[in-house]
Amino acid sequence: MKQPFRVGNCAGFSGDRVDAPGPVVDTLIESGGPGAVFFEVLGERTVALAQLEKRRDPLRGYEPMLERLLEPILKRCAEHGIPIIGNFGAANPPGAARVIAQLALRLGLPDLRIGVVHGDDVRERIALAALPVYEADAALDMGGGDIVSANAYLSARPMVEALAAGAQVVITGRTGDPSLALAPLIHHYGWAYDDWARLAIGATAGHLLECGAQVTGGYYYDPGFKDIPDPANIGFPIAEVDTDGRLVITKAARTGGLVNAQTVKEQLLYEIHDPGFYITPDVTLDFTGVSVRELGPDRVEVSGVRGAPAPEKVKATVCFDGGWMGEGEISYAGPNCLARARAAAEVLLERLRLRQLAVQPRIDLIGVASVHDGDGGAKWRGYNGGEPDDVRVRLAVSARTQDDADQAAREVLALYCCGPAGGGGVRWRTTQRIRTQSYLMPRGDLAPGARVLSAKEMAR
Amino acid sequence: MSDAKDAMVAVPLHRVAHGRAGDKGNRLNVSVIPYDSGAYELIAQQLTERRVLEVFAHRGATGVRRYELPLLPALNFVIEDVLEGGVNGSLNLDGHGKSNSFLLLGVEVRVPQRFVRPVPE
Repeated sequence: MKQPFRVGNCAGFSGDRVDAPGPVVDTLIESGGPGAVFFEVLGERTVALAQLEKRRDPLRGYEPMLERLLEPILKRCAEHGIPIIGNFGAANPPGAARVIAQLALRLGLPDLRIGVVHGDDVRERIALAALPVYEADAALDMGGGDIVSANAYLSARPMVEALAAGAQVVITGRTGDPSLALAPLIHHYGWAYDDWARLAIGATAGHLLECGAQVTGGYYYDPGFKDIPDPANIGFPIAEVDTDGRLVITKAARTGGLVNAQTVKEQLLYEIHDPGFYITPDVTLDFTGVSVRELGPDRVEVSGVRGAPAPEKVKATVCFDGGWMGEGEISYAGPNCLARARAAAEVLLERLRLRQLAVQPRIDLIGVASVHDGDGGAKWRGYNGGEPDDVRVRLAVSARTQDDADQAAREVLALYCCGPAGGGGVRWRTTQRIRTQSYLMPRGDLAPGARVLSAKEMAR
Repeated sequence: MSDAKDAMVAVPLHRVAHGRAGDKGNRLNVSVIPYDSGAYELIAQQLTERRVLEVFAHRGATGVRRYELPLLPALNFVIEDVLEGGVNGSLNLDGHGKSNSFLLLGVEVRVPQRFVRPVPE
């Protein structure tokens, strides 16, 4: 029987476990069949943070863990014909390409073919005032900051072109996340760009895999209710897609975690709004007819997805300078700690008023109410449960200037001597903020493409 | 025995279903997936859009849309304006809103005992 094509995921976000790729590649090699691996490391605003980094240092602005992620697998993938695809280019795909080229030379792979996709950066092409705002962002207040980045979600096509030109590593910036997995499937099977049924299967594989361990029991793990084996060693996911478009989700061999009907259902609906209308740059997906079936341990078949043409307009995310956030935290523990923490919170808010700092504040009482609370603090203010052993007060502010954010955060530091009693463990910091808003661009305004060179050419 | 299994009990949704939250801008989605497919109809009857809006009211939610997936089976809730400006503007520690699945899983539902997962020892 002919082997299915296997697509492995090696990272689900920038910051994922750097030792995840090895077992995925091992599993693909042991299978003896054709396959590819991909890295999804570019969240909605990661590209803007990368742009800020590139402003500071023009050589940077790509995935910071790039070498650490690729070094253990690059040589084996090259030797076994397993293409590596990743959006680790972020704001600087040519910069990432140079790093990979130098790594390839170090590993004795001067002829490694590296493809770089371009065309997602649309800062020069986008006329914001003329474009409709993507509906989920319509209510956001952008505050009129300067544009930091503007990137369109490219389709799989330029990645497929790079693979067709012999690329063994394909580096992209912004692209549809599912497109990263779809591209090697289109290349391998020669699917047409209007074969909506098959594109839908490939994009669904990408959707299920693009968050790494979220589909293999990692983010699923809820002790006592949803237990998994070896949670410190979760295997990353692998999709098997055969010539008929049969899709099976599995994971790297000899790893922890699990793939079952529940893990697949949770990820199928992750970040989905209308499940009958999930737009990717390649195909529009309809999950309303999807069913999942457990074939055996860590093997789940997904069937019933339908595909329709992708919209003519392409989503482009624009990141604006969003001012600054200041944060400070201090802990209170032991007798009367809740009252001392509440008093600290009131003192902080009064201090911001007295100093007339131009900030919007929020207070959390970590250990009482925080992440589920609103900015008004209704949950911690209304709390009348038992006395906790330990409470951490957090002040967060938004401000136009770093100085205002810093001055507000330092009010937490001042509690060391100014009280209430027994506060300890202050941490404070300021963070530059990015605001994002998405627009819909005519597809014809984009000019994506790919360039493929050898490592020795690229390293020059 | 069958009487005890069929007795209706009020429990947190967390003992009957699991789910996951995701964000896009200032919009949150939370899936609710019953452990036992048999509980789907009862959960769907009780988790109305209005009820879910109440759960997120203190966060500024302005609207809830519910999508039904009876084949999986699962419900998908899309909750508007609940993330205090989204990951980029929010002052919430969890700007992505990822922990909100467990806010919804904390609501009480009434189901037959046979659909309820035991509390771990």
